[in-house]
Amino acid sequence: MNYIANMVQPKSNPKIISSGPSSRDSADQLTRALGWFSIGLGLMEIFGANRMSHALGMPRAEGLIRAYGVREIGAGVMTLSTEKQAGLVSRVAGDALDIATLATAIRPDNPKRGNAALALGLVLGVTALDIIATQAVSRRNARRSPGRNYSDRSGFPARPRAAAPASSSASQI
Amino acid sequence: MRALVWHGKEDIRCDTVEDPKIEDPRDAIIKVTSCAICGSDLHLFHNYIPAMKPGDIMGHEMMGEVVETGSGINGALKKGDRIVVPFTINCGECDQCKRGNYSVCERSNRNKDIADKAFGHTTAGLFGYTHLTGGYPGGQAEYMRVPFADTTHIKVPDSLTDEQVLFLGDIFPTGWQAAAQCDIEPTDTVAIWGCGPVGQMAIRSAILLGAKQVVAIDRIPERLAMAQAAGAITINFQDESVVERLNDLTSGKGPDKCIDSVGLESHVSFSQPDTVMDRAKQMMMMENDRPHVLREMIYVCRPAGIISIPGVYSGLVDKIPMGPAMNKGLTFRMGQTHVRRWTDDLLRRIEEGEIDPSFVITHRAKLEDGPEMYKVFRNKQDDCIKVVLTP
Repeated sequence: MNYIANMVQPKSNPKIISSGPSSRDSADQLTRALGWFSIGLGLMEIFGANRMSHALGMPRAEGLIRAYGVREIGAGVMTLSTEKQAGLVSRVAGDALDIATLATAIRPDNPKRGNAALALGLVLGVTALDIIATQAVSRRNARRSPGRNYSDRSGFPARPRAAAPASSSASQI
Repeated sequence: MRALVWHGKEDIRCDTVEDPKIEDPRDAIIKVTSCAICGSDLHLFHNYIPAMKPGDIMGHEMMGEVVETGSGINGALKKGDRIVVPFTINCGECDQCKRGNYSVCERSNRNKDIADKAFGHTTAGLFGYTHLTGGYPGGQAEYMRVPFADTTHIKVPDSLTDEQVLFLGDIFPTGWQAAAQCDIEPTDTVAIWGCGPVGQMAIRSAILLGAKQVVAIDRIPERLAMAQAAGAITINFQDESVVERLNDLTSGKGPDKCIDSVGLESHVSFSQPDTVMDRAKQMMMMENDRPHVLREMIYVCRPAGIISIPGVYSGLVDKIPMGPAMNKGLTFRMGQTHVRRWTDDLLRRIEEGEIDPSFVITHRAKLEDGPEMYKVFRNKQDDCIKVVLTP
């Protein structure tokens, strides 16, 4: 919309002189990076499935890699949304699938098993990041309730526990 | 000066920015003494409202002291006056303002051309909100420029504290308008979805306006406790069926009046499959808002009842059951709040001790802690219901 309407900040609005710390903490930054990585990897898997399957010595897995690409994009979109925790959990689940799939390619009769092992190593590294981000976001966004008592907050100073209506005259113009 | 500035999704910073200046003879500059984080600020925080720009100063609930006035104020304000600023900017002269429809003022939106295209016809300018409503710098700052200041203000007496009157600028008249436009009668059951700050004000307004029974619906225990403190019957939608309980409470007839204080970010739960579908569509940009509450209200509302919507919606919604709504003869009333329409009466009620809106404040913080408080409020941590910031 901003671009369609060519909307700009009015010149008279106060300009930023110096910027303070962001409400986005390191866990949010890592999560965003993983979200964009997920989308990038997903696109690569969809459009480069043929080359990837051959590089991993899994020539019959082209369709599977494309399906994983769709999954990666879905997880990436969710990770970049406000439902980032669900997105990260779906990424960890996807990592488990990737690990299981790559493990089948590391066998003596696969001439590309070195590539598959390298890919498995990378997936394990990303899985570690996904788990770190999931834990940090869960911890940060958890609803911690100290159990404050609001039962005395009626808002009616004259009637601490108001129940009866005061007047039926609505205030209209 | 320091101000809370929007830099992108979930990215609010306490920045140092240029001081505001008088731009028009009808302007005034205020030194902000108190401001608050509103539930609709979270829609901006999550980037659900289109046309925000990096560098926008947040905040539309603020009050302060007049420190400078333009030459066209003509005695309506003077230096040292203590004012609450309504979040809807009104010129006071256009046809809509003269009718009391201040939130659709025809002259205060400086991006009128774009609003005309987006909405069909422009609405009023709003502080600290999207550029579709003018992109005016907001009040989560040390100073703020008030356009049309001769009419866009509520003078408040020194006998009342900031916390007693601050909410005259938004959530109190918003909750009041939501209840008032229900045309409440003494036999009415009013059901209110969402017990956030606006919901809490709507509950008290419905009680003051004489509802027989007020039912408050939420899932957060401390919000339900605060609703109960006012005398509302509460429903925790995670523990029981809203439709069944509302029918039980009304002898099977359904509530006469329903108020949606939730808006576009309704809770997502696998026990309510439509919310999951809405969330998925929203992520894929196939739908802007999550209208679960609207659907539930249409379904449960008593035929010939009124549906009042103070909750913010931003764009397109799917699967609204218009068939039941039409056949049941429901009346829909909604809109941004015509703040000035209500504030004389509400200020009188505060002065007379009929209501003290400060009951809703649960957290007080300095302006520089604002970015953190956005997250505390969003995550409902530490039993947070309403945050007031002091610059």
